[in-house]
Amino acid sequence: MEKIAFTQLKEELFHEKMDNGLEVYILPKSGFNKSFATFTTNYGSIDNHFKPLNETEFSKVPDGIAHFLEHKLFEKEDGDVFQQFSKQGASANAFTSFTRTAYLFSSTSDFERNLTTLIDFVQDPYFSEKTVEKEKGIIGQEINMYDDNSDWRLYFGTIANMYHQHPVKIDIAGTVESIAGITKDMLYECYNTFYHPSNMLLFVVGPVDVESTMKLIRDNQNDKEYNEQPAVERKFDEEPETVAKDKEVLRMNVQTPKVMLGIKAINVNQSGLQLLKRELATNIYLEMLFGKSSPLHEELYEEGLIDQSFSYDYTQEQGFGFALIGGDSAKPDELMESLFGILQKSKAGTGLNEESLQRTIKKKIGSFLRSLNSPEYIANQFTRYAFNDMNLFDVVSVLEKLTIEDIREVAKDLISDERMTVCQVLPK
Amino acid sequence: MSIASDTITEKSGYKLHVVRTDKYKTNTLVLKMKAPLTKEDVTYRALLPYVLQSNTSKYPTTPELRSYLDDLYGAGFYVDVAKKGEYQIISFTIDIVNEKFLSDSTPLLEKAFGLLSEVIFNPKKNGEAFDSKTVSNEIRSLKQRIQSISDDKMRYSATRLVEEMCKNEPYALEASGNLQDLETITPESLFAYYKKMLSEDEIDLYVIGDIDGSEVEALADKYVSLQEREPVRLPRDTGKAVEKEKEIIENSDVKQGKLNIGYRTQVAYGDPDYYALQLFNGIFGGFSHSKLFINVREKASLAYYAASRLESHKGLLMVMAGIENANYKQALDIIHAQMKEMKQGNFSDEELAQTKAVVKNQLLETIDVSRGLVEILYHNVISGQDISLDEWFTKTERTTKEEIIAVGQKIQLDTIYFLTEAEVQG
Repeated sequence: MEKIAFTQLKEELFHEKMDNGLEVYILPKSGFNKSFATFTTNYGSIDNHFKPLNETEFSKVPDGIAHFLEHKLFEKEDGDVFQQFSKQGASANAFTSFTRTAYLFSSTSDFERNLTTLIDFVQDPYFSEKTVEKEKGIIGQEINMYDDNSDWRLYFGTIANMYHQHPVKIDIAGTVESIAGITKDMLYECYNTFYHPSNMLLFVVGPVDVESTMKLIRDNQNDKEYNEQPAVERKFDEEPETVAKDKEVLRMNVQTPKVMLGIKAINVNQSGLQLLKRELATNIYLEMLFGKSSPLHEELYEEGLIDQSFSYDYTQEQGFGFALIGGDSAKPDELMESLFGILQKSKAGTGLNEESLQRTIKKKIGSFLRSLNSPEYIANQFTRYAFNDMNLFDVVSVLEKLTIEDIREVAKDLISDERMTVCQVLPK
Repeated sequence: MSIASDTITEKSGYKLHVVRTDKYKTNTLVLKMKAPLTKEDVTYRALLPYVLQSNTSKYPTTPELRSYLDDLYGAGFYVDVAKKGEYQIISFTIDIVNEKFLSDSTPLLEKAFGLLSEVIFNPKKNGEAFDSKTVSNEIRSLKQRIQSISDDKMRYSATRLVEEMCKNEPYALEASGNLQDLETITPESLFAYYKKMLSEDEIDLYVIGDIDGSEVEALADKYVSLQEREPVRLPRDTGKAVEKEKEIIENSDVKQGKLNIGYRTQVAYGDPDYYALQLFNGIFGGFSHSKLFINVREKASLAYYAASRLESHKGLLMVMAGIENANYKQALDIIHAQMKEMKQGNFSDEELAQTKAVVKNQLLETIDVSRGLVEILYHNVISGQDISLDEWFTKTERTTKEEIIAVGQKIQLDTIYFLTEAEVQG
């Protein structure tokens, strides 16, 4: 077990790689009532084309299967794991993102028993034809719920505009049609390929005893038999640099129109410090232009183009990266034009000065420290960072070193007409 | 296990609550202003905090105010307007980094007090009126926010249920106000309301973090100055008894039908059987081991979400489920059957023990977050009670099955609301 100390932050992180390849991290937090653990596989909705375990050919699986598998893992021959957790006073949950599937619980008592339940249920799948069929109704309602949500439609509409091939454009839950074809054998195939401990990470945060927790995990893993497994081979089709579509209008039952501008990033096969720097620099860039302390934000607000719902974000992982900017707007076309104008001008440095950079860096450091109040944030983000060879606790030092040249570089690399797209949700 | 409690000091015109803890990297200030929910004031109160947070006399534009916050290591500053029972509560929150985690050691807590004071007591104004440009911007913004509530169909159907169920009661009013009243607000009338609010509202200031009680008190004395008042306290009222059950079906182009059901419980926070009601709700629909989740979702495969929650101060129990339009009858039958099971006491000792454990877990988790802790402590202010968290835990633990069945007898179905795409066969 290694100990990594973050002196300024007054945090200590403990790490051990188990013999079967599982990465385990423990961050003790005294004073908190709650312990929180996430058990995450490096497998999400974009991983739909891969070589299944022990196969030599690539194969494609139905859209939404990673999310479907997440639902089904909770069900066992003798009932539902949710029941087990609540008997032990814990609350459990799970989520599937583009690149990860995470299982988690929080509890304020019986921590070791709950941790064992978490590890064991994820490592012991039970799928039957009957329960797979039953789940289709439940997930069908989840899909319908999102279909009625205009913000969700706007978000996925924008991503779908950007990508020709990349599966990030597919809704994480799939469609009612795509999940109809899922069988128990497919679930086992995905499970066996992606849920090997060497493809997973366990993160524990809370008022826990480090030694005994690590021992519990070590003993638990040593009791289970795993053969060594090679890294999963995934396949992604060639993705053009340009957007697939420059505009899409969705008609929905809304009163206020919604606009989202998407910018598709290039050179997205980064990892480690390079990726960390790109992500932070791009988010600083957006904050300098569109944050509430920017005069450009003030202008948009005064002109009635945006309201409090306006937001912006940049995200990048292996093979895809995009900025999203938008919100509710009574003047969706004018907002779109203004945003294009601001972004284009920023290539020449407009809106990007040293003073505002230093202020924005301070702001980001503060909000990072604030996030460290949240065990959920730490566990989820740490895992996401680790799967991309980054370290969450490097954020402050990378932020402190950013220069105005770095930010101007971002503007030049990111902004290009043929990589921008707009999605609007307009009243029927 | 650490159960935080607040040290309360009566100040002129407000109460100061101090909670010391070293678990956060930030210190948090929350100022809460409470007044009865009324038709006349509701939209004023919905708008006012957004005008105040836009700018101040010292920071006359939003970029200037926000730049100052950025310089304070990205201090978080939020406003919120909420409905709790028949009160409308405005909150101002500042969340600021504790300088001991920074290489720079400027004392930030005093700056936070200074800022809160500036925002609340020193707005940008012209004589006896707010800045008119600021007011018109925020009116426009609030208008869009009100509209966006009905654009979100899950929220819309929950709101419609309350409107129908509590018709002619203040609780039917939305905390975010309404479009008709918004049209009539002027910079002058809003300023007049602001002065009324400052002199009449019941005000509580919470300060949470690794702080020194006497230092906080000195800062509060320096930055907060209010006159004495006698705040309006509403008589305890959990609403009328149900005369006739209502069923309301509305059409909209939704892919999924949204089913919302409201019950009256006649029990509110502070009542001796409140703990039993909380457990009743937990076994019935509050969690993923509850009857609604198991029977509507897991067994019948009808829904992704099927749950219930309490409005603790108004004494309401609300059910919500998203279902296929055609499954209305079936879903309703299952939900009614679960309610009947509950009232007849058809739940096991195991379900009860499970629910006690998760209710306790949920409370402990909530108080791990500083803003969650404030919400829990604030229940006492709303209800005029003085219940410690320890008491809450002990009474929940001691609640018996018989007490839960007894509280169940008070629960009456009031209104069923269904938002659906198609005509429903009755």
